[in-house]
Amino acid sequence: MSVGTERETWVGQAVLRLEDEALLRGEGRFIDDLDPVPNAYHAAILRSPFAHARIRSIDASAALELPGVVGVLTGAEVAAMSHPFPVGVENAPASYCCASELTRYYGEPVALAVARDRYVAEDAVELISVDWEPLAAVVDAVTAAETDALVSDRSFSYGDVDTAFASADVVVADRFRFPRWSCNPLECYGVVADWTGDSLTAWANFQGPFTLHSVAAAALGLPGSKLRLITPPDSGGSFGTKAAVYTYVVLMALASKKLGVPVRWTEDRLEHLAAAGSATARVTDLAAAFAADGELLALRYDVIEDVGAYVRAPEPATLYRMHGSLSGAYRVRNVAVRNRVVVTNRPPTSLNRGFGGPQMYFALERTMEIAAGRLGIDPAELRRRNLVRDFPHRTPSGGLYDSGDYEACLDDALELARYEERRAEQAAAREEGRLVGIGVACVVEPSISNMGYITLAQTSDERTAQLPKSGNAEGATIAINPIGGVTVRISTTPQGQGHRTAAAQVAADALGVAPEQIDVLTDVDTSTSAWTVASGNYSSRFSGVGAGAVHKAATKLATKLRAIAAPQLGAEPDEVELRDGKAWANDESVSLRRLAGAAHWNPDSLPRGVEPGLHETAFDAAPNLEPPDADDRVASSAAHGFLADVAVVEVERDTGAVRVLEYVTVHDAGRLLNPLLVEGQVRGGFAHGAGVALFERIVHDDEGNLLTGTFMDYLCPTAPDLPPLTMGHRETPSPFTTLGSKGLGEGTTMSAPVAIANAVADALGVQALEVPLTPGRVWELLR
Amino acid sequence: MTHLELTVNGRRYREEVEPRLLLSDFLRHTLGLTGTHVGCEHGVCGACTVHVDGLATRSCLTLAVQVDGAEVETVEGLTRDGALTALQQAFHEHGALQCGFCTPGMLMAAADLLARGRPTREEIVDMLSGQICRCTGYEPIVRAIEQAAAS
Amino acid sequence: MKPPRFEYARPESLEEAVALLAEGEDAKVLAGGQSLVPALNMRLLRPSLLVDLGRVRGLDRIEARNSSVAVGARVTQRAFAESPLVPPLAAEALPHVGHYVTRNRGTVGGSIAHADAAAELSLCLVVLGGSVVTNRRTIPAEEFFVGHFTTALEPGELVVETLWPRLDGWRFAFEEFAQRRGDYGLSLVAVALRLEDGVVAESRLGLASVTDRPTLVADAEAVESLELWGNLHASPDYLRNLTRILVARAVARAAA
Repeated sequence: MSVGTERETWVGQAVLRLEDEALLRGEGRFIDDLDPVPNAYHAAILRSPFAHARIRSIDASAALELPGVVGVLTGAEVAAMSHPFPVGVENAPASYCCASELTRYYGEPVALAVARDRYVAEDAVELISVDWEPLAAVVDAVTAAETDALVSDRSFSYGDVDTAFASADVVVADRFRFPRWSCNPLECYGVVADWTGDSLTAWANFQGPFTLHSVAAAALGLPGSKLRLITPPDSGGSFGTKAAVYTYVVLMALASKKLGVPVRWTEDRLEHLAAAGSATARVTDLAAAFAADGELLALRYDVIEDVGAYVRAPEPATLYRMHGSLSGAYRVRNVAVRNRVVVTNRPPTSLNRGFGGPQMYFALERTMEIAAGRLGIDPAELRRRNLVRDFPHRTPSGGLYDSGDYEACLDDALELARYEERRAEQAAAREEGRLVGIGVACVVEPSISNMGYITLAQTSDERTAQLPKSGNAEGATIAINPIGGVTVRISTTPQGQGHRTAAAQVAADALGVAPEQIDVLTDVDTSTSAWTVASGNYSSRFSGVGAGAVHKAATKLATKLRAIAAPQLGAEPDEVELRDGKAWANDESVSLRRLAGAAHWNPDSLPRGVEPGLHETAFDAAPNLEPPDADDRVASSAAHGFLADVAVVEVERDTGAVRVLEYVTVHDAGRLLNPLLVEGQVRGGFAHGAGVALFERIVHDDEGNLLTGTFMDYLCPTAPDLPPLTMGHRETPSPFTTLGSKGLGEGTTMSAPVAIANAVADALGVQALEVPLTPGRVWELLR
Repeated sequence: MTHLELTVNGRRYREEVEPRLLLSDFLRHTLGLTGTHVGCEHGVCGACTVHVDGLATRSCLTLAVQVDGAEVETVEGLTRDGALTALQQAFHEHGALQCGFCTPGMLMAAADLLARGRPTREEIVDMLSGQICRCTGYEPIVRAIEQAAAS
Repeated sequence: MKPPRFEYARPESLEEAVALLAEGEDAKVLAGGQSLVPALNMRLLRPSLLVDLGRVRGLDRIEARNSSVAVGARVTQRAFAESPLVPPLAAEALPHVGHYVTRNRGTVGGSIAHADAAAELSLCLVVLGGSVVTNRRTIPAEEFFVGHFTTALEPGELVVETLWPRLDGWRFAFEEFAQRRGDYGLSLVAVALRLEDGVVAESRLGLASVTDRPTLVADAEAVESLELWGNLHASPDYLRNLTRILVARAVARAAA
């Protein structure tokens, strides 16, 4: 691929991925492929078979007798050697990486064995005997909210909600439940920990946010500089969930410290399904007030969030990530919310794709659909009447929607779905007794989280007593070696999104070379990388600040190259153009290689004031994020994409089977860096959203025992299960990001569960339904 | 320990292994062929798929000792001649991989299907029901295999 | 998820295999391993000895015998599906057995001996009136399956082959409802019918997955009185409804 005219850029083109070749050859370097330190021993974890139990005693003597076993670490030792993880709410139970006296969820680590290989380690775990005293478990979040399991209870009100409800023509209120689910990346967690002297080096397929590096360091009682955390070049998916690997970094670190050997642990699928960081389950009571013409006057949320057994950082962030977007895509001025966080005897939750969005939009967009029925207004039309029109738009709760044309996206989606024709076909199908339904969802997709939003879990007074938190800064480094090779290093810990390719495109534009001539290193090393506490791969922040940091670093370097080239070309620096691997001015050129040679080999030749070397680091941050204000308003994210979706389903009356006939999604994510990567993100986000709509949930019984402990019961969608997907795009640049781009990998995970649920509700003519819409559940609704 | 002799990607190996060693672990940890990935170890996800005597096989559901005398091919063997195969190239062109963790299994399962003749789209989709991908939503994978089948 | 320790033997003859099996009461037979190895990985089974049938001669044949097809215990599900001798009912069911890749190694004998209540091949064998031949005797399929994962096999007894009656002139249909392709079916129905002058003269109707073993029932009415298992994915009421529908579909299709 080449750039045909001067005005074209690599950014925006569907450049094929630079990541692919190695991965296709089986030459990827994932955590379990690495031997970063010789003679690492393998750990296996003894996990609680009870959701709630007292540990009377642990006897590991038989395990220690087993040949090949190096040692055992118990919860009591963990408690003695480490501190509880810092947490953002006050009443939460103390949380360590391993249970000592009390286990609070099925699958919680209670001890681990270290041996020469994983087989022997598992043998050893079986020989550790525990004297258990099972206790009653609390699994239901609503019940838990009435007890001391309620660990945070905050209410917020913006505008005049009571007056708006009093003046409403129509009020719609219902309870919406969203299930616990998990992204289940194909690669599970992995850690190698090597404690030497007074410091730890750990390799883990961690994905950020690097706030959790500080959390892990605090638990270990280490200054951050003594916890060198390194991520591998490749990671087998995460979608948020590998943020939670940090608790295992701490656990393996303690094992390495106690036993004096490097310790490696590779999580298996049963462990992952039992105990990895899943999404929160949420119960939302939502009331919405409307005028007769469909104007949305007010929203009142009452939310109970089940974060599992402990409030593990960054929780309760799932609850606050959407805080600036409680009004969704609508102009409504009056919004109230009560947020209650409860702990239950289920595993602690963590980041998962959509992070709070699927839960919130399930309530909001079901409500819009229900209200449309009550108001006698077409559901798409009801939304259109309320969509935000003018930008930037400040939401009642403080969100700042940057740009977009929401109505145009909705129009596109309706056109692509042939909405009017579909409605006619639906009417005809109903005449034949067929159950066809159409569902709509409109979703504002926040990206590039404000690190400060989580402090909303505290009161304004509590916040003022602390260092204010805000922002979302990301770093990148770029260097040119003595013979002209370009290397970019990023700190966005990709797990499949194609950051390497996109970063190369961005740098290529600045330096005037082709993307394939740029090596992009994706492994983060907290001792050498350019990172901030906000670094990592979450809240869809790469295309905003990740690519922005690369752009800024590459621009700095390009500026320097122009300065070096200018005297050689007899021109001023700003007359020098970088293209085709050369610096050009006055129809003459000098190669990048030669310029690099000058900077490295012959600093004497550099123009006055130009430093030797070609190595630049830059940081990028969106300019529009401040800490929450005294009235609890927060711009919880820097950029806001928009999507409008239409789902068409048919339900088989006999069996309750739901078939999604078509799914249309139209996005406006600002400037698109690479349409091929964009398509991948939308398809993948949809797969997760459709998975929750139709198949995926983590189920515990009333005693807290896990019922979805294998991939035979936790149902990930497979190829025959996903419907045809039609995508559309608009590109309204964001004024708040360096390249005008916004995140888009999570939107369809937010929209698809509710769009499909709306379609099924429409098909069945019912109001109350829960996802996943399994055939058995749908059939019960049909009875 | 049990004696094991086999060919992997055309190279002969003689090893002493514990009977309980899974083929997936044998390939990854004994031979260092880490291209074969382990996703679930109960046969559902398909990431560990390799070929045993020409047939796609779950290496996590196979004991290493069971393949004594067999010819095993892993993803590393696909490019023994250097260049990417048409199937791999099609995966590249269609965006059929993101994190790449399921990809080796996808390739080996698809190669088996392609070896049986030109599959229909339905046959491709049906085969893929045994291979989990959490990144791509499958459609690009289906298209890539269709393209490889046509070439 | 690594198997516990066990001894391993790879006999070359049936006699040798039988002798090995008799040695330890916790010995298990390993054929394709597609059900056994996951159970080992989860440490749900702890055999003292695995007797691998992989090299036992004579277990990989498919042949016509009298009015039946004899299928060696180690014949893979793929080889069975691709055989010109595959009974039509089994041919319909085989694409539902596991997945494409697991059928490459999963065996017919292994599936039968494993006796999962949701197994397609077990149901087909029962509906066809087939039988299981062991090193000691021939057991009618209806008597072979005793419960979920439980068979009439005695210690030291192993499946040598299965006999699949051809039922020439009969018509067949197999129906399965699963949440995803290749999942354990929530309900399975197989039917064999013989028509005379367009009227059903004989029929054999069987269900699986909803009961603890493949079960023959007299007619569609019988579904109403069966005691059904519920599970995470489906209530007993739903399963009854599903089974009712699959029976109707299978019978209609076979008779058409």
